[in-house]
Amino acid sequence: MEKEQYQQLEQSVTPKPPYFKNAAKAFFVGGIICTIGQAVSLFYIIFFDFTEATAGNPTVSTMVFFAMILTGFGLYKRIGQFGGAGSAVPVTGFGNAVISAAIEHKSEGLVLGVGGNLFKLAGSVVLFGVVSAFFVALIKYILVTLGVVSW
Amino acid sequence: MVIVFQSKPSFLAGGVVAGPLEKRSVFSQYFDTIYDDERWKMETNEQGHRKMIQEACEILMKKSGVNNLEIDFFLGGDLVNQMTPTNFAARELAISFIGLFSACATSVSSVIVASLLTELGASNLSIAGASSQHNAIERQFRYPVNYGAQKPQTAQWTVTAAGFALIGKHREECPCIEAATIGKVIDYGMDDPFHMGAAMAPAAFQTIQSHLEQRNQQFYNYDLILTGDLGQLGLKLLKGMLVENGVKKEELTLLRDAGAEFYGQDEAFQSGASGAGCSAAVFFSYIIQQLRAGSYKRVLLVATGALLSPLSYQQGETIPCTAHAIEITMK
Repeated sequence: MEKEQYQQLEQSVTPKPPYFKNAAKAFFVGGIICTIGQAVSLFYIIFFDFTEATAGNPTVSTMVFFAMILTGFGLYKRIGQFGGAGSAVPVTGFGNAVISAAIEHKSEGLVLGVGGNLFKLAGSVVLFGVVSAFFVALIKYILVTLGVVSW
Repeated sequence: MVIVFQSKPSFLAGGVVAGPLEKRSVFSQYFDTIYDDERWKMETNEQGHRKMIQEACEILMKKSGVNNLEIDFFLGGDLVNQMTPTNFAARELAISFIGLFSACATSVSSVIVASLLTELGASNLSIAGASSQHNAIERQFRYPVNYGAQKPQTAQWTVTAAGFALIGKHREECPCIEAATIGKVIDYGMDDPFHMGAAMAPAAFQTIQSHLEQRNQQFYNYDLILTGDLGQLGLKLLKGMLVENGVKKEELTLLRDAGAEFYGQDEAFQSGASGAGCSAAVFFSYIIQQLRAGSYKRVLLVATGALLSPLSYQQGETIPCTAHAIEITMK
């Protein structure tokens, strides 16, 4: 069998990813995570001295803390297998990427293991997050200077 | 290239140990020990991996009533970088050792080398086999174990198991190795590390075809042709290729795959099992026992291996694969 012929056979045998089902699952899992995040945010606004603008930081820390607990008990990977992007995109997914790497590399010690590998998966999120934030800010700065929008 | 063994070296015994999740395997009743701790009470997964290899070899020696001083060679491998689990196990076992890497096909390539040493008269008793430990291998090839990435339906689950066989001079009452085919490295341009079955199926096809041709045999001359870890999709692809090449559909019932059957129909394992320990565990427990019991008279075992590294696929290389085969008969 030729390569091209085999590739056709492979295409016909391999099941197509269930895009619609995956998107629906991601929508619900992501939605649930964000609803919990909203509840945490309201908790900080109502019970502590935070405003809508300042509640973000403690909310993110709390959500990452939840992700840490779930990752430690081996539950986050199950949520991830079910929810796909729904559990990867919210900040809990970022927490999971960092914490799973920390658990994994604990055996190589604190400095070379945990320290050196903590951002193995999340590093590109940090890098491209900062880079895209820079460009978005630059575009906004230009638009403000031109008088199209205001800060 | 096919090798015909004139002296017909024999499988004297098999030793298979597996991890806790492998209790769910349809083959678990044939394993010697199933351990409840996937790290074998060691500190790291890699140490657990080493301990698992040691235990499988110790069980094997105990079963056969021999000690390490009576074994001439230890041949084996695993999937961890530089094969430290097997290398370190060899340190503990203190047997003359050569580490072999054919990825998941090591279970068979090690038996071929052991049979050659036996045929040569250099070995009275050799231990050959392979192993894999899920956590140690996943971190090697993919992500941290607890990372919540979604695996596609084409993915396979690396088993935690070690399978080793004791190969010795011909004995009537034991299954013997008649012939072997050392496979070529085949690359059909597949590049998805989450779809290994598709990458490996062409290698299995080539090895099976050339073994049958050079041995002048037909599909139906075997009671069973068992591949190592193609998984459900890989097996489908192999069958597709064989049908295309003129093998009759009814003959295909003789073709099975250890990886596709390993965890039954459990969808949690996607396309089935994989890993060097998958074929080794099934070949050296279930198959040897079935041959000894007389259920099979002639079996072709084909272990497939994907010869990739995390680096090679990140650099955009396709996945070359190989398959090695041994023909085992029982009087």
